[in-house]
Amino acid sequence: MNALELKGVSFSYEEEGGFRIDNLNLTVGEGEFVAVLGHNGSGKSTLARLCNGLLEADAGEISVFGVPLDSKNLFEIRKNVGVVFQNPDNQTVATYVEDDVAFGAENIGLPREEIGKRIDFALKATGIEQLRHSTAARLSGGQKQRVAIAGVLALKPKIIILDESTAMLDPRGRREIVEVVNKLNKEEGITVLLITHFPEEALMADRAIVMNRGTVVMQGTPREVFARQEELLTYNLDLPRIGIICNRLRALGLNIADTMDEDELVKEIVRCVS
Amino acid sequence: MRIVAEHLSYTYNADTLFATAALKDVSLTVEEGEFFGIIGHTGSGKSTFVQHLNGLIRVPSSMKRYKKKKPKKGQALPPQTVLTVGEYDLTDKKTNFRELRKHVGMVFQYPEYQLFAETVKEDVAFGLKNFSEKKPTNEEITEAVRAALEVVGLNYNEIAKKSPFELSGGQKRRVAIAGVIVTRPEILVLDEPAAGLDPVGKREIMELLHKLHKEWCKTVIIVSHDMDEISENCTRAAVFSEGSVRYVLPPHELFQKREELRALGLDIPLTARLCEKLEQAGVKLDCDFTIDDFVAKLSALKEGKA
Amino acid sequence: MKDVSFGQYYPVSSFVHRMDPRLKILFLIAFITAIFLATSFYGLAICAGVLLLIILLSRVPVGKVFREIRGILFIVILTSVLNIFFYRGETEYWSWKFLSITREGLIFSAFLVCRLILLVTCSSMLTYTTSPVELTDGIESLLTPLKWIRFPVHELALIMSIALRFIPILMDETERIKNAQKARGADFESGGLIKRIRAIVPVLIPLLLSALRRAEELGDAMDARCYSGGRKRTKYKKLRLTWRDFVGFLVGAAVVTGVVLLRVYGVGTL
Repeated sequence: MNALELKGVSFSYEEEGGFRIDNLNLTVGEGEFVAVLGHNGSGKSTLARLCNGLLEADAGEISVFGVPLDSKNLFEIRKNVGVVFQNPDNQTVATYVEDDVAFGAENIGLPREEIGKRIDFALKATGIEQLRHSTAARLSGGQKQRVAIAGVLALKPKIIILDESTAMLDPRGRREIVEVVNKLNKEEGITVLLITHFPEEALMADRAIVMNRGTVVMQGTPREVFARQEELLTYNLDLPRIGIICNRLRALGLNIADTMDEDELVKEIVRCVS
Repeated sequence: MRIVAEHLSYTYNADTLFATAALKDVSLTVEEGEFFGIIGHTGSGKSTFVQHLNGLIRVPSSMKRYKKKKPKKGQALPPQTVLTVGEYDLTDKKTNFRELRKHVGMVFQYPEYQLFAETVKEDVAFGLKNFSEKKPTNEEITEAVRAALEVVGLNYNEIAKKSPFELSGGQKRRVAIAGVIVTRPEILVLDEPAAGLDPVGKREIMELLHKLHKEWCKTVIIVSHDMDEISENCTRAAVFSEGSVRYVLPPHELFQKREELRALGLDIPLTARLCEKLEQAGVKLDCDFTIDDFVAKLSALKEGKA
Repeated sequence: MKDVSFGQYYPVSSFVHRMDPRLKILFLIAFITAIFLATSFYGLAICAGVLLLIILLSRVPVGKVFREIRGILFIVILTSVLNIFFYRGETEYWSWKFLSITREGLIFSAFLVCRLILLVTCSSMLTYTTSPVELTDGIESLLTPLKWIRFPVHELALIMSIALRFIPILMDETERIKNAQKARGADFESGGLIKRIRAIVPVLIPLLLSALRRAEELGDAMDARCYSGGRKRTKYKKLRLTWRDFVGFLVGAAVVTGVVLLRVYGVGTL
């Protein structure tokens, strides 16, 4: 069954005119890890807000595990589709980590023991058990975003959407988040939609999607997408750095096979120069 | 203007339960004309250091007291704190800090969030009006704003009358930078200038900084987390960790200290990682860790072998 | 970077810190009532004694507590001066037109000063020993009965706790924007009132926009986590009373009773 399905979805902000999302079609399979790439203003954040009913589409149909999203089942959908946002400072409601992780579970009226269990689970899955009683405001950016992920996990969602959740972090924080997300996908079987403009982060996804002007313009495995540098550049995107090096080397006449892996590239170079 | 810091220390919330040392005995010199990089984790003291450069954070007067104290027998005097930017002595309370700020432009992280005026022109002109001795004429303002907007790659006629809030993200950031360089500072300091931009936006901002470095501001200092950005762009870089400066070196020397940097929890650029792995595989490559040099040296190596 | 020590919470662990915030709030109310009911120095002495005990138990430095009084020094002086000169008493020491200094006036103003100092000190003891979070939790819990008259207790508490969480963030942000504009030559320190007010605009507008942006994202993040107000909501953390609170309750009751007895029997009434 498809985890997420968008059919002919369009959306525009009244005050702007012009579509933010323009006749978008997208299916995401259960347990899939999809990276959504796009430049600033390509509509990728609007996509995140449409998928759990924070925004209502003007046209088209969105369904989550076969259930069409409408105003009546908003809560059921939101339980299943967790969203982590961009700014690590703007997502925590409570002062202490534990209370913030509990927030969603409290909202859906779970009994205390169950909330406790879910906090344990969420903190463990994001690797921040030791921060349980910390003050959220004093954590690093990466830790804050992990708290935000834990807060979403407490609702036991089947899909997690990360809406540029790594954009404001330093490299270390970014790595923490991508690792946690990858683990959730592989170990908990959670479907992941990672929205980003760092090409590197798309590499571990099963599938990469490129958005431009509110619609999907490229998709395929990350390797397939990154094989088309010219096209990516027209969408203000680029290859991961390693891909750029590959292409430059090839342009200089080194017969290097396409790769996005450092060790493989090193092997290729050694083969070529010796 | 040369920047000289010696034995600079700073503590936040001194005398409280929350006292945290942000700078510990920092000594660092930035020569005029450099494209200087500052590296470090959040909380490493790099922002605190940078904010000293235009007097947003002052050297505590207690640091000056040593001058008057006579050393007790057998006791060495604590080292004298020095902080100068060109002619300006920043440890001196009487220094005209506003005049200094005219020469040291500072672009904060996400500078687009500081835009406030009704039009782009007004916003860019803000610093100009503040720093001028006598009120500049309308023509002078228009000329200066036009020049500043054009150097950051924006068209004056198109956007000067627009509200800064209706521009795209990338344009806003350029307007914000124009608002700082409009007074033609000699030193331009930027905190994470490329943060939050898409790959092409990032590249364009770095190109802009080189253009500014060539035509507009003698010295450019960037604070960055991105080691590739540092290795591609900087003449020298300083590594901050836990309030002190660990290294001040040109990138091609700095990124040879792979293990040392890793021990500080810092990354090294992709090219340096590849060089390391090539070395382990028996291919020694002596490159300065820019992509250009990396591919050129490899190509030369292949030609040599062929 | 900068740590804003909000309110004046003094973060150590002590008997008083570990008491239930609800009990501390009720204790404070009882204590203030006792101070107002006291009609004699004996009554105030009971209060002062207990307060001193609390301060010692709380491990908050005594000097820090009394520094609080400096904040109200002006009011203290004003009240005592007014009372010294205007209080009509029998044993007159000095008089001039409508002003007079009497023995009763001196005693009464001393009484008032003691009362004021006690009031300020006991109130600040609550904030010294109770974190803002505990305070909100305590207030929410104490106000729960008001839910019966459809008073939005949960929403109020949530607003309070979110405000507490965002105040340091916005203060930091103000500092950042102020610095950014200072770097562009803005001057916040000199000039007349009008000039200063105008100088705030370049800080205020970005700050407002940022607060709105934050509010919007926080709202989205709350919605995304199924927030729909206080109905049907459960609460993970429950405040629990311990033996400390029982002790606190007994002490509070003893103070009020003592003061009331002194008043009823008119012991030392002024």
